[in-house]
Amino acid sequence: MEATPKEQPKEQPKAQPELIVSIGPHMRAEESTAKIMWTVNAALLPATLMSVYYFGLPAVLVIVISIMTAVLTEGAIQKMLKKEVTVADGSAFLTGLLIAMNCPANIPLHIPAIGTFAAVAITKQLFGGLGYNVFNPALIGRALILISFPKAMTTFTQPVLNIMAIDAKTMATPLTVLKEDGVAKLLELYPNIYQNLLLGNRAGSLGETATIALLLGAAFLMIKRYITWHIPIPFILTVGVLTWAFGGKGALFAGDAMFHMMAGGLILGAFYMATDYVTGPSVRSAQIVFGIACGALTVLIRLKGGYPEGVMFAILIMNCFAPLLDRGMRSKVFGKVEAKGVKK
Amino acid sequence: MEATSVKTSATFSGGVHPAGNKELTSHKPTVTAAIPKRVVIPLSQHIGAPTKPLVVIGQEVKKGEKIGESGGFVSAPVHATVSGKVTAIGSFPHSMGTDMAAVVIESDGKDEWVSGLRETTDYLQLSPDELKKMVSEAGIVGMGGATFPTHVKLSPPKEKTIDVIILNGAECEPFLTSDHRLMVEKSKEIVEGLKILMRVLNVKKGYIGIEANKPDAVEAMKKAAAGSPDVEVFAVQVKYPQGAEKMLIKAVVSRTVPAGGLPMDVGVVVQNVGTAAAIYDAVRYGRPLIERYVTVTGRGVKEPKNFLARIGTPFSQLIAEAGGMTDDAAKVIAGGPMMGMSQYNMEVPVIKGTSGILVLPKAEVSTRSYGPCIRCARCIDACPMHLQPSLIGLFVEKGHYEDAKDYNVMDCFECGSCTFVCPANRPMVQWVKRAKRELAKKKN
Repeated sequence: MEATPKEQPKEQPKAQPELIVSIGPHMRAEESTAKIMWTVNAALLPATLMSVYYFGLPAVLVIVISIMTAVLTEGAIQKMLKKEVTVADGSAFLTGLLIAMNCPANIPLHIPAIGTFAAVAITKQLFGGLGYNVFNPALIGRALILISFPKAMTTFTQPVLNIMAIDAKTMATPLTVLKEDGVAKLLELYPNIYQNLLLGNRAGSLGETATIALLLGAAFLMIKRYITWHIPIPFILTVGVLTWAFGGKGALFAGDAMFHMMAGGLILGAFYMATDYVTGPSVRSAQIVFGIACGALTVLIRLKGGYPEGVMFAILIMNCFAPLLDRGMRSKVFGKVEAKGVKK
Repeated sequence: MEATSVKTSATFSGGVHPAGNKELTSHKPTVTAAIPKRVVIPLSQHIGAPTKPLVVIGQEVKKGEKIGESGGFVSAPVHATVSGKVTAIGSFPHSMGTDMAAVVIESDGKDEWVSGLRETTDYLQLSPDELKKMVSEAGIVGMGGATFPTHVKLSPPKEKTIDVIILNGAECEPFLTSDHRLMVEKSKEIVEGLKILMRVLNVKKGYIGIEANKPDAVEAMKKAAAGSPDVEVFAVQVKYPQGAEKMLIKAVVSRTVPAGGLPMDVGVVVQNVGTAAAIYDAVRYGRPLIERYVTVTGRGVKEPKNFLARIGTPFSQLIAEAGGMTDDAAKVIAGGPMMGMSQYNMEVPVIKGTSGILVLPKAEVSTRSYGPCIRCARCIDACPMHLQPSLIGLFVEKGHYEDAKDYNVMDCFECGSCTFVCPANRPMVQWVKRAKRELAKKKN
């Protein structure tokens, strides 16, 4: 069906170069799947560097192991299935990087490796590879290791600001402190909590610490129009509004919306994982609904559920609904509404 | 007396911004191409029934003599474009991709007009029916590329009231500048053609819509329309496919043509500026449509140029007159790069709808294979009809044509915006064509 470069009738009277014949358009935008994936990887660079700055060598190891596992797994499976090996498109690399971003720095290294393997092998390749997976691979990988290794996945260390990461002390994340011990304890441990959240000087996964670095990358992706506001902004605002309304002790509208919007993996999840093209809806109006629902589920889990953080499960649950939302909220065809009304 | 206004912000939602590449030819005055030694005139150069040949092999014909009789209402006659002798009638390569019936005329070099061409100076005094007959007899079809017989568009059913005519000078296809040059060089003729159209349809308001990237054309048309308060020139936003009928109507008069409907459903008739100029020639001088402006361009020809060329001129001749192909020429397209058709045979003739011949060098021809859809939604944002090309593509890829229909594949006019933006290089237009063909098969 593609171009047939060598078809040339023999009775051609004049010499002419071999011509390519194909169906138009004969011009294409300078865009490719690989370019998109590598740009998203690049957008995560500030957050990656910040994690190395805060957590040192252990962070580097987690990142390298995750990415290597992802790329090798994808390449090996594609080889086995005799498919084209597409690891150069950056999508497996991104899955690995995102799983690393979701792990604590001091985690035993086999754990991110297992998570990444499951993400690429089961969630992505077994469902048909890029474009056909139902769930966000990185999030399934993280869910699997969170459930299988709950202790290792929730033992966080304080940032050490030291490349060898000696004397790393374990410490609970702000969300966990809030859930287990309440606001008073949180403020005791983190007196400058907003500043800590914004700059990342707090316990947490590699990628969820420095909000400002994540926002920087997200702004870059939005300016390049690689992601749009339709999913992340409603997601984050919903979390803000609902935690403000219901997050306070005793009274309505006493919750700390600012804290909830910057804490945990919300910024990472909203801008880098809920925006995954493949596992989210593609109709713009459906994307807004998707974002709001992700936000509502996150708050439900954070405030009422067993886990301190709900972003991951919220996105995974909504991944199931993405095709349904797309079908239910189809784009309106140009002139379709008027078709009934206009009678000239 | 102020008869112009500028609405550069006016446009439709969706669309794409391919590089214009018009600077290759937009400033170059049109040159008259050499009279071909031999013309191949297809008997079908329009949408609708093919014409029936009126000549036999060996017959002498004059320029402008009718050689193919209209094959029905939705059809248009064809005329000899040189004087000379008919040497063959048969099947010849056609730029639509298949061989089609054509009359071949060897020129006698005299280039004599047929006798009896009727000149009319007070043509606006003629009745609408007389004017329509002249248009129909002159074999005029939509010259923007769609080649729909013009007289059919000028005969709306009684229940449709037409109150607006829009001349399409958008020329949103990259590379092409034939309409641009025509508007600069023949602005008076275009305005007169528009007035004839307004008289035929008894319309009080005529618009000329031009993409804002042709300021000299806008200026020239404004000047030509200065004395006509009922004619307005609009500069519309530069965006592909601004020149699609429905999109242009949206931009110029803010009316939305119903899905599956025609411009006449919202009281509008759209004609290409080239068609208007041809109408003027037919009515004022009695001359049938035998030549047109053709842009020969692209970095695959040595000297890109705009030509006034006879219908039936082989592509090879015009390419040679444009300095010939470069060594790295790799693709030849009849029309523009977005909706044009690639050619394998350089002996195909210029027809009434050939707005340009584009030759692309190897470096600009993509032979990249396509990958899986990553559902990035760029095609959904780009689609001027607000369809979901990504889903339509996935359906057709698996042979689910009915699902594609359910997702409004029939409303697609194949502008190619979705395929243009697709990062996975997916051939959506090709799939849409396939779906339409398969659905048509089922219907029969």
